[in-house]
Amino acid sequence: MSTTPPATQAAEAAETPEAILQAVGVTKRIPLHGRDRGHVVHALNGVDLTLRRGQILALVGESGSGKSTLARLLALGDVPTSGEVQFAGKPVRRADRRTHFGRVQMVLQDPFSSLNNLHRVRYILSRPLRNFARTSSAELEGRVLELLERVNLTPADDFIDKYPHELSGGQRQRIAIARALAAEPAVLLGDEPVSMLDVSIRLDILNLLAELRRRDGLAMLYITHDIASARYFADEISVMYAGHIVETGPVEQVTQEPKHPYTKLLLAASPDPDRPTAGSSEDLDEEDLAEPPNLLAEPVGCPFAHRCPDATPACSTTAPPTHTFAASHWARCWLYS
Amino acid sequence: MRLPLRLRLPRKIRRPRNRKVAVGLVILVVLVVIAIIGPALVSALLGQTAGRLHAGGPLEPPSGRHWLGTTTAGEDVLAQLVTGTRTSLLVGLTGGAISTTLAVLLGVISGYSTGKAGAALTAFVNVFLVIPGLPLLIIIASYTQGRGGWIMVALIIGLTSWPGGARVKRAQTLSLRNRDFVQAARYAGESRVRIVLLEVAPHLAPLIASTFLFAVVSSIAAEAGLNFIGAGNPNTVSWGTMLFWAQSQGALLSGAWWWFAPPGLCIALIGTAAGLINFGVDELSDPRLRARSPRAHRKAGRATAAIAEAS
Repeated sequence: MSTTPPATQAAEAAETPEAILQAVGVTKRIPLHGRDRGHVVHALNGVDLTLRRGQILALVGESGSGKSTLARLLALGDVPTSGEVQFAGKPVRRADRRTHFGRVQMVLQDPFSSLNNLHRVRYILSRPLRNFARTSSAELEGRVLELLERVNLTPADDFIDKYPHELSGGQRQRIAIARALAAEPAVLLGDEPVSMLDVSIRLDILNLLAELRRRDGLAMLYITHDIASARYFADEISVMYAGHIVETGPVEQVTQEPKHPYTKLLLAASPDPDRPTAGSSEDLDEEDLAEPPNLLAEPVGCPFAHRCPDATPACSTTAPPTHTFAASHWARCWLYS
Repeated sequence: MRLPLRLRLPRKIRRPRNRKVAVGLVILVVLVVIAIIGPALVSALLGQTAGRLHAGGPLEPPSGRHWLGTTTAGEDVLAQLVTGTRTSLLVGLTGGAISTTLAVLLGVISGYSTGKAGAALTAFVNVFLVIPGLPLLIIIASYTQGRGGWIMVALIIGLTSWPGGARVKRAQTLSLRNRDFVQAARYAGESRVRIVLLEVAPHLAPLIASTFLFAVVSSIAAEAGLNFIGAGNPNTVSWGTMLFWAQSQGALLSGAWWWFAPPGLCIALIGTAAGLINFGVDELSDPRLRARSPRAHRKAGRATAAIAEAS
């Protein structure tokens, strides 16, 4: 709250603000138990991601592509198998996760399960205030009320002694956001923060998050399936497939001129009135495309090769190079080299 | 860091709304009151004590002097019953508390901690789970032969009866530890101890309460059982020893129902009370159930019915 950057910084996307939270070559392998013992899930493969101060990065991709795993690693809820997470240029270790939690906070997907039913709003919000901001008992109530007002739950007095079950889904998600803000983080990681909410209140929550970004200069990761909301809300977008980031760029460029075949498919699958309808979606054989990626196999070549309409023999044997189109728009595909 | 364990007590002690719970609580309270003041009251009003031999003739049926008759040795059954209530309740509550504490501690810790420590603890619980409880109980009890009084009996029962409860708590904790709110508490900077005590454990409250009630009843039954088969100390007075003496002196054959029926009924009564109270323990971990009284609920139900009828 005290470090409000000039509003111009957030507004001008042209000058790139400093990187605050980064994933550098992050790989995550999850060993399986029981019947599949000995196998590993290749959840993330050499992922690079940069969150910048006052910017919103949308992360899109199908279910199981590793979006949530990446968010969890960035929040230090889990450790990467290799690669590292950096905060303001310095690598963070599991041992300093308490400090890290104070700077990077997570808003979970489901507000109906992320709040403990047995605690009142007052308790839920006072815990991070005590743990991170070292708030004394005397000023606790004032700070909780302040947080409630920040997420537009007014009059705050009416909400402070409520139990979660007395609140609606949107109100609960606001409480979850307030809890994340209580730590006064520099980065907010939203793991599909609006997908469980009713369509009519999604926009309210997105506007609230946008407002927090504008006012407090928060960096945000916005994980979503909804490309239209990403376009409305984010500055940059990264597209993930089978634990790889296949394309990253400014949100307008990526949604209007997608380069990677997977991005094209993803966009073709979502309705967007602005996009020209002449796509390649008609000549795609849906049978071939229905097959999900095999995450148990060691990744060789392009992860999308077996579903790609433009695949060449090289695609399934050699990892594709990164091709940069504009300043910060790049894709990993053989098509452009 | 100080641990502000400020437990929010209900603003005022309310009468339980559930009738079953109310009846169960009344029975339990009456038995506890009898255990506390009963022996003194009986000796003051009727001049009878549990240990006094030849207070009356052998096997006298109930009368004004001996409200519940006498035993073959002429002891007053009522005096024995109220003293026995004290012993049996003490054994039940202590044994139940020990057993429940162990079950909660071992169950929650083995369920919450991952890795080697958790696995070792789970193995320990499993080993105890397969040891047959009753024979173990009998062997230890025959070894101590009633030395150490009721506290020893309570200790033996408590230390042998926890594994089943621990297993149940472990299963529930395993499911709770992966809930979003536990993860969120971790991100909110909460310590492990605090997460276990204030996020996970309160959700186990109904389970803990019902385990405790069940453990109390089974401790009382185990104590009675041990004494009945003669593995306890026959010189103490409890519901179990009363039944033991009634059986060995052939009360059933001589039709002295006043000797064996009261202690038997008392055991059944406390079991019933625990079962009835169990109906109310769900409210412990669900503020939604607390918020609405059944009367308001019924009223709301009538209102919706009326609306449905009108439309």
